[in-house]
Amino acid sequence: MASSAQKQSYPAPGLDTFPKLLQHNARMYTHKDAMREKEFGVWQSWTWSQVADEVERFALGLQANGVKAGDAVLIVGGNRPRTYWTMCAVQSLGAVPVPTYHDSVADEMQFVIEHSEARVIIAEDQEQVDKILDVKDRCPAVELVIYDDPRGMKGYAPDVIEIKDFVTVQAQGEAVRTQHPNQYQELINKGKGDDISIILYTSGTTGKPKGVVLTYDNTLLTGYHGALMERLTEKEEILAYLPVAWIGDHIFSYAQSYTMGFCVNCPESTETVAADMREIGPTYYFAPPRVFESLLTSVQIRMEDAAPFKRKMFKYFMQVAKTTGIKLLENKPVGIVDRIKYALGNALVYAPLKDALGMGRVRLAYTAGEAIGGEIFDFYRSLGINIKQLYGQTESSVFITVQPDGEVYPDTVGTPSPGVELKIADNGEVIYRSSGAFHSYFKNPEATADTKTSEGWVHTGDAGFMTSNGHLRIIDRAKDVGTFNSGKMFAPKYIENKLKFFPHIQEAVTFGDGKDDCMAFINIDLGAVGNWAERNNIAYASYQELAAHPEVNKMVAQSVSEVNESLLDDEMLAHSQIARFLILHKELDADDGELTRTKKVKRKLINERYKVLIDALYDGKTQCFIETEVAFEDGRVGKITGDINIHDAKTFNPVAQAS
Amino acid sequence: MTEPLQKMEAASKLLELKNIDLSFGGVKAISNISFDILEGEVRAIIGPNGAGKSSMLNVINGFYHPQQGEVWFDGKQRHAMKPYQIAYQGIARTFQNIALFKGMSVLDNIMTGRFTHMRKNMLWQALWKGPAEQEEIENREFVEHIIDFLEIQAIRKTPVGRLPYGLQKRVELGRALAAQPKMLLLDEPMAGMNVEEKEDMCRFILDVNDTFGTTIALIEHDMGVVMDIADRVVVLDYGRKIGDGTPDVIRNDQTVIDAYLGVSH
Repeated sequence: MASSAQKQSYPAPGLDTFPKLLQHNARMYTHKDAMREKEFGVWQSWTWSQVADEVERFALGLQANGVKAGDAVLIVGGNRPRTYWTMCAVQSLGAVPVPTYHDSVADEMQFVIEHSEARVIIAEDQEQVDKILDVKDRCPAVELVIYDDPRGMKGYAPDVIEIKDFVTVQAQGEAVRTQHPNQYQELINKGKGDDISIILYTSGTTGKPKGVVLTYDNTLLTGYHGALMERLTEKEEILAYLPVAWIGDHIFSYAQSYTMGFCVNCPESTETVAADMREIGPTYYFAPPRVFESLLTSVQIRMEDAAPFKRKMFKYFMQVAKTTGIKLLENKPVGIVDRIKYALGNALVYAPLKDALGMGRVRLAYTAGEAIGGEIFDFYRSLGINIKQLYGQTESSVFITVQPDGEVYPDTVGTPSPGVELKIADNGEVIYRSSGAFHSYFKNPEATADTKTSEGWVHTGDAGFMTSNGHLRIIDRAKDVGTFNSGKMFAPKYIENKLKFFPHIQEAVTFGDGKDDCMAFINIDLGAVGNWAERNNIAYASYQELAAHPEVNKMVAQSVSEVNESLLDDEMLAHSQIARFLILHKELDADDGELTRTKKVKRKLINERYKVLIDALYDGKTQCFIETEVAFEDGRVGKITGDINIHDAKTFNPVAQAS
Repeated sequence: MTEPLQKMEAASKLLELKNIDLSFGGVKAISNISFDILEGEVRAIIGPNGAGKSSMLNVINGFYHPQQGEVWFDGKQRHAMKPYQIAYQGIARTFQNIALFKGMSVLDNIMTGRFTHMRKNMLWQALWKGPAEQEEIENREFVEHIIDFLEIQAIRKTPVGRLPYGLQKRVELGRALAAQPKMLLLDEPMAGMNVEEKEDMCRFILDVNDTFGTTIALIEHDMGVVMDIADRVVVLDYGRKIGDGTPDVIRNDQTVIDAYLGVSH
């Protein structure tokens, strides 16, 4: 493993910043498409040399408007070519781009504007300009706003702030270039690898967002070596559809595109992403697990509605794919009959299906962010789509671990990426040291010191361990991990995720910190279980009634015992089998404060509100009465009461299993 | 309110109605109404049910020819016209009940709005290659700009019948815009919409007026909308004009208030 002390190499000597890389690409790939955007129903494209020209003119224009080295320049925009060009233009001047989420509300934007001390803001359209004008009073530092889309901007002439069109600024730059043809070259020659390249504000689930400061050596080197490891080339196509202020997009659609020279495609609008993806056929793709999950669900629903013959054909060949596809993907031996069956299935089912999903040409797909169900994962891999998990964060310039080809397992996130040193701290937290490890938190030395040690080790906040084959397995947020009375580790989210992979389980909450055993609350999925009830002629009037139905309880008990059995596979977790469980009488709801708006369980609140039930689980009772307040959508508050049955779960003895 | 006033002084009259009388048999729909619409303004026509608003709109676009009075449009006095002449005069409209081709895609529906801009005859179009193809490309490009303008890229190829009501209204506006009209008539553009759809539609109407300088005449029941977006308002009641002026003037006009709220006699 490469030590972080030993610096990784640049794509070529001296190519240590993105503006330099852009010039290099303009020479190397002069006529090759660097960027495309669908506009007016047609894909418009720009070659590397055209992009270099656009960036140069805009950079000189910014300089003419007083932007200088060290300035922070705020960028508010969606996935549009000019958003990406702005980033490079700002970097050319030695200034620091600060992209921010364009769907954030004015107040959130105000925090970033104020904290970054930006004097110049580049905004996509009228909507963004309006937001900036809204908070202008509270951000006196802002002097100039440059907008990209002129629509609706006619007649904007606020006296407190200067507003200019993107093309006007480029024209200013053009004038500078005519007078001083070498000025741009001199500017970018000043840049070097350890300069600050970007500040990305993290969404901040707790407290105010933090500005993560990254250098060229962080983003450029990490992106480049990540791409080398996956053998990406200049021929890749990628669809840029995730927020530009998110580190993933910055690495995939900017850093790796510049270092490898591949083409970035911008969709027409956020609603057309699926159609645009089909047209482009990306070869390199990233999506969070929920996207893969919802795609699979939509395929399954549409197959249920298909004609019987098609449905049978689909089922048959998906079975073939399950046994053969993954082996083929991993270059493992496969018999001739299976190969023929798979080829036939490919012609009839897999290829058309992949094409419909826009994944016909995908060579490499990443997913990250949360756990992905084994079924979902295997579905895509069996179709021959090389989808892999990676683990990373803004502070690491994305890559901490990646699953190497041929070593892809649904429950681990892979081995350390090139240049990453990984350790598990004494408290079970994953810590790393790498070339991508961030410089600091902007204007927040305390937080920097808390997260990054003087030796360069960065705390991820996630608990995990290394499996016997050298892969990292993330189990939970470190702060949520507890211990049983026996002193063994209790990782609630890991168990809950296992439960939630069953389609009829919507949500689960497990308890065990400071106790002897693990206990669970279950929420059934009203859609899936309701559908099941309909097919089995089970009448029900409410969630509560359905949740109390003996057959439903039996079904959930079966799932719980399957989870318990699967926990045996792991020595670290075998003792956290669920001893007893109950099905809650109401759905956990963000309106009742039980979940966050992003559907994460609020453990502390649930511990307090449902104390009676938790006690009953541990007391060995078989039934418990509960009364809960619920908030209706119109704001009224009502009460739900009921008796809840508590069940013992089937557990497995680790020793017996081993023998 | 100084802004619309200045706008009015500078602008010339695009349409002028002088002492219009319109009746159907013995029913007098409009009696002795005169008002004008200036170039580049947003002019609203309001009034209670049966006041004669839709009839008025049909007089403006030439579908009805009044028995009495003069209509001046674009500097010329208007005579009774055949339907195709109506189409070519430069007034486009949307309808109270959506009148789109339900089975056709959004794109094709808007393309039909370009009809008046297609010069090549059927023979050329059947041959397809050559000038007709060039013309089609130009028109398609224009339509794509409208699709972009109305932010309906995602439904470009969706059959109109499958779209929700609010979007269908937007498509209808798109088809009217495709004709590049001098004047746009909107018959209750916000009827049956929810608040969000109304806000969107308001923004599009103002943007059309702002970006293309299109003169807009609209009938609308939602007073909030009318007062927000109209430069001037004319109020009808029982076929007569009872008020005419800027939203501020209309809001405080006792006759108008009486017509809307009713008075005790």
